Amino acid sequence: MSSRTRTAWLFMAPMLVGLVVVAAWPLARSIWFSFTDTNINDIAGGKFVGLDNYIGEYGLFFNPNYTQGFWASDWGIAVRNTFKFAIVSVALETLAGLGVAMLLNQQFRGRAFVRTAVLVPWAIPTIVSAKMWGWMLHDQFGVINQMLVDVGLIAHKIAWAANPDYALWTVVAVDVWKTTPFMALLILAALQTLPGDCYEAARVDGVHPLRVFFKITLPLIKHPLMVAVVFRLLDALRIFDLIYVLTSNSSSTISMSGFVRRETVDNGNMGYGSAASTSLFLIILVSAVLFLRVARVRLSEHAR
Amino acid sequence: MNERPLLGTVLLYLCAALAVVVSVYPFLYALATSFKSGTALFGTSLWPAAPSWRNYVALFEGGLPFGRHLLNSVIVSTLTVALALLMGLTAAYALGRIEFKGKGLLLMTVLAVSMFPQVAVLSGMFELIRALGLYNHAIGLIVPYTVFTLPFTVWILTTFMRQLPIDLEEAAIMDGCGPLRIVFQVFMPLLWPALVSTGLLAFICAWNEFLYALTFVVEDTERTVPVGISQISGATAYEIPWGSIMAASVIVTVPLLLLVLVFQQKIVSGLTAGAVKG
Repeated sequence: MSSRTRTAWLFMAPMLVGLVVVAAWPLARSIWFSFTDTNINDIAGGKFVGLDNYIGEYGLFFNPNYTQGFWASDWGIAVRNTFKFAIVSVALETLAGLGVAMLLNQQFRGRAFVRTAVLVPWAIPTIVSAKMWGWMLHDQFGVINQMLVDVGLIAHKIAWAANPDYALWTVVAVDVWKTTPFMALLILAALQTLPGDCYEAARVDGVHPLRVFFKITLPLIKHPLMVAVVFRLLDALRIFDLIYVLTSNSSSTISMSGFVRRETVDNGNMGYGSAASTSLFLIILVSAVLFLRVARVRLSEHAR
Repeated sequence: MNERPLLGTVLLYLCAALAVVVSVYPFLYALATSFKSGTALFGTSLWPAAPSWRNYVALFEGGLPFGRHLLNSVIVSTLTVALALLMGLTAAYALGRIEFKGKGLLLMTVLAVSMFPQVAVLSGMFELIRALGLYNHAIGLIVPYTVFTLPFTVWILTTFMRQLPIDLEEAAIMDGCGPLRIVFQVFMPLLWPALVSTGLLAFICAWNEFLYALTFVVEDTERTVPVGISQISGATAYEIPWGSIMAASVIVTVPLLLLVLVFQQKIVSGLTAGAVKG
């Protein structure tokens, strides 16, 4: 081993030890717990139960007690909620982020001010935005309900965060509000690297701006856009805090992470909870790989 | 730029105004609420008729350990950032400047860890924290917080480290500098902007973290602010003290808002270094 290589490993040692201790080891232990019936009050006392937590009588999947099917079970609801939330919110954030980025990419007076103002939601802690919106969307005293009633859009005030019909979409709306700046910033950074001469040429040829957007801008920023979408998607699939605080941890809006925490900590079934956390880990991993695959296929099709 | 048609200009400014209002209004409303008290709380005006500091004062007296929560958050976040930067800087030197076998794989592993769901390690982390005797201690949160701060710190610092000129390192080696001196005396002064942006991002993540803070700390005085705010409640379930909650929210948000607005260019460069080149 050359001295340079030895230096490299030596310099990485703190990080490697750190990652093994805080990530690899706890992950391995969590996976192990998922094959046991460990209770949180007696961590050392769990017995090995094989795949019971996954496919046993009270398991997460193929549970014979699920007379109404998997999607009616608590875990099924959590999986569905999480995907509904992640797909809709990331799609809306991407569109809104694209819009804001296009806006900020224009020359106009006060652009710096708008750019700063748009960053505000991103700088607000998630818990604070959950509380803030919880207050604004309050069923009796909320300003949103008041405004909508005044304008005449709704006849009665709505319990946005408590009514199961609206709660998940309320969470989506707040998440879109909070994370659009992140998307917009990443897209704006990509937009600013684009060569000006294409646009010059397109304008000289009198190409319609919409056509310029779809034929030049979008293909050119596709790669950074996809990377940003993957980041957001992985983030959205592990949502916990916003739902937990905004909808008071109700079971109709619970996410996969919320389910894991409820089973592991609140109910103390660490083995069962770990099976859920391991499933969540695998589900997110598979989604990420699939998404990257699909995105790359499309990218290479464009390259040809 | 050629002349934009009048309609376009009007639309542009309308969109800009809409973006500003939507972004800023909720926080202004929270700010307004935090200065209202009594029945004025339930009015929807953006300007409190009789502004008072009562909600803020109430946070620091009586049974609420809000000051303690703030202190806990400051300590935990600062130490988490310091630890992540220290480990990240040395690792980034190895990953950014030295060629060795297995580097690509290592970088991919680091990226993978930075993306994985934190809840996946919940029960293993619970056991670890218990075993280390850190359960119920705010300071113990540094351990789980390293899971999400360290990987992206390494990742972003590596991208910045790569961009430093090679001549500088060669000259330092010619002068007889060892790798430790190269990292801390030659490179670190040049990496200040990168360290600031990475440190800020890590600080924001640690400051806002909720899941681990809620799970590994039960004792009220050991909580961090996000959990503290989520648990502020009135005498009964029907008397939620919205004024106090908004005052606490404002206190927690204002420093962060100032940091982000002052350092916005640096944060954006950190984010794009981390994401776009990934």
